[in-house]
Amino acid sequence: MSPLGLYVPGTSPVHRAPAAAKLVGLVALGVLSVWLDRPWQVAAVVGLVLASYALAGLSWRHAAGQLRPLAWVGAFTGIFHLLVNGVERALVVVGVLAVLVLLAGLVTLTTRTTDLVDAVVAGCRPLRAVGVDPERVGLMIALGIRCVPVVVGLAEEVRDAQRARGLTASPRAFAVPLIVRALRHADALGEALVARGVDD
Amino acid sequence: MIEARGVSHRYGDRVVLRDVDVRITEQRVGVVGANGSGKSTFARLVNGLVLPTAGRVRVDGLDTRTDGRAVRRRVGFCFTDPDAQIVMPTVAEDVAFGLRRRGRSRVESRTRVRDALAAYGLAEHADHPAHLLSGGQKQLLALASVLVTEPAVLVTDEPTTLLDLRNAQLVSRVVAGLPQQVLLVTHHLDLLDAFDRVLVFDEGRLVCDDLPAEAVGFYRKLMR
Repeated sequence: MSPLGLYVPGTSPVHRAPAAAKLVGLVALGVLSVWLDRPWQVAAVVGLVLASYALAGLSWRHAAGQLRPLAWVGAFTGIFHLLVNGVERALVVVGVLAVLVLLAGLVTLTTRTTDLVDAVVAGCRPLRAVGVDPERVGLMIALGIRCVPVVVGLAEEVRDAQRARGLTASPRAFAVPLIVRALRHADALGEALVARGVDD
Repeated sequence: MIEARGVSHRYGDRVVLRDVDVRITEQRVGVVGANGSGKSTFARLVNGLVLPTAGRVRVDGLDTRTDGRAVRRRVGFCFTDPDAQIVMPTVAEDVAFGLRRRGRSRVESRTRVRDALAAYGLAEHADHPAHLLSGGQKQLLALASVLVTEPAVLVTDEPTTLLDLRNAQLVSRVVAGLPQQVLLVTHHLDLLDAFDRVLVFDEGRLVCDDLPAEAVGFYRKLMR
């Protein structure tokens, strides 16, 4: 299982659904979520989304793994709305955020990256007329997904190095080596892409 | 056949390779040298990743400067850090990446990916996230992703440097059994025992070109 929203193999109806349909559904539900303004409505949608996780054969751990990175943003947003707009609005806003993240997670957990990329490439083809290269857009998305665990790994290495040298938490001492390593990785990745014929 | 004629390369004011003349026809060729000796730049010249600032590099008669695309199709390149060359999130997708870029059909890609994963002991990891593999498995994945496109030559730049002894032996066994012509840049001198020829670089110059025992002996003396 990956907490980073990567594909979990399966043969469920959700897995078998076309990637393009899942992406369109995600966008449509994202737009429709604007009309959710009662806590019971949000609770019902959360229930439906969790039922979809169950239908896909994914455990509650998969769902929780999608929400974990949202914890700080959710807490901040919830407290802000609680103080400014009251408890009902706070529940709705945090609930809608959770729904959107869970839905996006469901799509990536049940769809191979290549299928997602193929769907995006197909969707971008009409944009070729205005100079957009659909293959590059697809590659960009695949690399974006691939780079999440890489950057997490680099951040862990930097934090370990800081601890080993007895440095206290300092945003600058953390950010500078992380950015340098990320740029170095990007450079190496670019070279590897050229070696694998991407620039051809 | 790999041929370098009067090849020099500089990064800005720093000259990293000087007047390299070499013709390589053997199947197994090692490249050794201290850090900064120019051996990795030489390896990159063979794949066309780096173009010489003077002279010419040819692979099977194809010039890396004018036939870069064709050269890269003939010469696969495997880097030191497998994390930096795995471009897709899952194991099977990364192996399929090169095939899809070359216009292979989905069905053909699937078959070839399955065969490649089986050949390199990665079949059971096909749908696993690549970042969860061990160091040795990642390097095998990097090799599989390059070799699935069937290059005629494999250039590997220190593929065992980041690996423990067990994984280093695993990767070197795989490299030793390949049908491709292999140019191996390495600091692990024992890997070169069964090679046909070893090139020693020092301060940008090709200072020794001999059989493994003689070249490694020369290199050891040079490093004293």
